[in-house]
Amino acid sequence: MENQVAIVGVGLTPLRPVSPDLSFREMIFEAATRAYADAGVTPREIDTFVTVAEDFHEGTSITDEYTPDQLGAVRRPVHTVAGDGLQGLAAAYMLVRSGAADVAVVEAHSKASNIVHHEEILALALDPTYERPWRVNPHAVAALEMRRYLHEANASPEVSAQVVVKNRGNALRNPFAAYGASLSPEEVLRDAPVAEPLRGLEVSGYADGAVVLVLASMERGRSLAGRPVLIRGIGWASDEPSLSGRPWAQAVYAHLACEMAYRLAAIHAPANEIDFFEVDDTYAYKELQHLEAALRLEVGEGARLTVSGRTARDGELPVNPSGGSLGMGYGYDASALVRTAMAALQLRGEAGAMQVTGARSAAVVSWRGVPTTSGGAVVLSAQ
Amino acid sequence: MARERRSARRPAAKVSRLRKKTAKVPPQQAPGPIEPVVRDGLRGTPLRDAHVQGGMVSLERWEPKLEYRWDTGVAIGRFLEGLREGKILGVRCDRCHRTVTPPRAFCEWCFKPMDAWVELADAGTINTFSICFITWDMQPLEVPQIPAVIEIDGTSPRVGFLHLIGALRAHTVDGIRKEIRVGQRVRAVWKPAAERTGAITDILHFTPA
Ligand SMILES: [Zn+2]
Repeated sequence: MENQVAIVGVGLTPLRPVSPDLSFREMIFEAATRAYADAGVTPREIDTFVTVAEDFHEGTSITDEYTPDQLGAVRRPVHTVAGDGLQGLAAAYMLVRSGAADVAVVEAHSKASNIVHHEEILALALDPTYERPWRVNPHAVAALEMRRYLHEANASPEVSAQVVVKNRGNALRNPFAAYGASLSPEEVLRDAPVAEPLRGLEVSGYADGAVVLVLASMERGRSLAGRPVLIRGIGWASDEPSLSGRPWAQAVYAHLACEMAYRLAAIHAPANEIDFFEVDDTYAYKELQHLEAALRLEVGEGARLTVSGRTARDGELPVNPSGGSLGMGYGYDASALVRTAMAALQLRGEAGAMQVTGARSAAVVSWRGVPTTSGGAVVLSAQ
Repeated sequence: MARERRSARRPAAKVSRLRKKTAKVPPQQAPGPIEPVVRDGLRGTPLRDAHVQGGMVSLERWEPKLEYRWDTGVAIGRFLEGLREGKILGVRCDRCHRTVTPPRAFCEWCFKPMDAWVELADAGTINTFSICFITWDMQPLEVPQIPAVIEIDGTSPRVGFLHLIGALRAHTVDGIRKEIRVGQRVRAVWKPAAERTGAITDILHFTPA
């Protein structure tokens, strides 16, 4: 295929619950410095910059105006995608794929600790006429989804607790993770519910951090220092936003995003062709929905795979060997690029203690969080 | 959190109260009913602010409660500490030989960490200014506000920050126009040390030197 696109540089700061020692600019500078060194490029060799940011999360209107300095992008082409991290990755991918750029950068970051009222920002995302008047906690929207999922999956809440145990355990091997822990399913199930059936430990904790990826055409990538990871396919989709009209049990947006990515990547049997998965697990049950999308499974089959232990780091179908957002921390739209960065390190064989043996291909599935029904997918391969 | 839903058929009481309040400046017509008109072959539905304010138009209100506590980090944090001590700090890049303020941890031109902190003079030169007759939220001002970009002494050309010009001798707009100009030398007027909080407002304003 002509003009194949690869990730040739990965840079991120370790995720942390708070980061008072660094401004968001300083955090991004650190991630960008690492990514450019990894790729062996200077900012002048980068043709275009994409940043993923949401004004309400930054507290700054037109927040992308504050991006160029710390990326080395002053007086260069910069634009912002106010969306999911994978939508930003897709924008950079298309710029390279189309030949508009040889080298492109995508950046996302989180200063979640600087937001005083997360629930107010989430409330603003609900429909003002039909949904906001009830002042429902955003986690309750996830709980509605979880209840319906467990109901249609005919699964017990224990499966969601198992996801927590697995991911926070995996995070213990990940130096970038903020929330590694050794837990038992019983401890998770004993935890107080936030909004039944959702328990506190099933909600990923917020984290601060920055991630920068350098993309290049395969041709250009070969002459750079980094070990290229091929982007074989990418996709994204949005379902109905209304809380009344959405399919609660199944993450249809993720199924559609995966199909788009698989079509580009010519993936026919994902379970055979993909070695491991990094999928959104903002809430533990979301991993089950997103895994079902990635493997083209019916509602509930993801739960059964998890119960069987096959999604463990050393299982046949490892899911979130990095620890996911439950183990690493949740950084809004940066989470998807963190998942992608973790997958890229695995495919380069540079994942250290969390390395999945023989990992040659990966799928990443993302979600824009409550209350959205939007997400993305990307298929990556080692070279 | 105020949330208000208004229906199209709100009783007239609220409308008349509002009309009374706004009747002085300028005399406003009673809004009248909202109905489509055809005039000279042009069709439309005239809608006045009073229709909206009077609850005659169905609308949703929501006041967002957005609150942030930004980490200042290395560069801004030290700059603010300097202001508390009555000092304007800058940083220097040894590659492009620029000295800049407000400080940043890295040089945006060279994409490398800055090399040194420097204490700058609390004086500078007006790069550009405006004599402004309205507040930031568009209220008329009796005494005009004078925002200005000040190039701080000891920095590279065209480096400085937005501040205000104050304590002028002139009291009329004509006098102000004569007293300040692009290139005017100015010096910082600080808050008393005990009142400083580590903020850009620790400098009250700049005034002609
Ligand atoms: Zn420099």
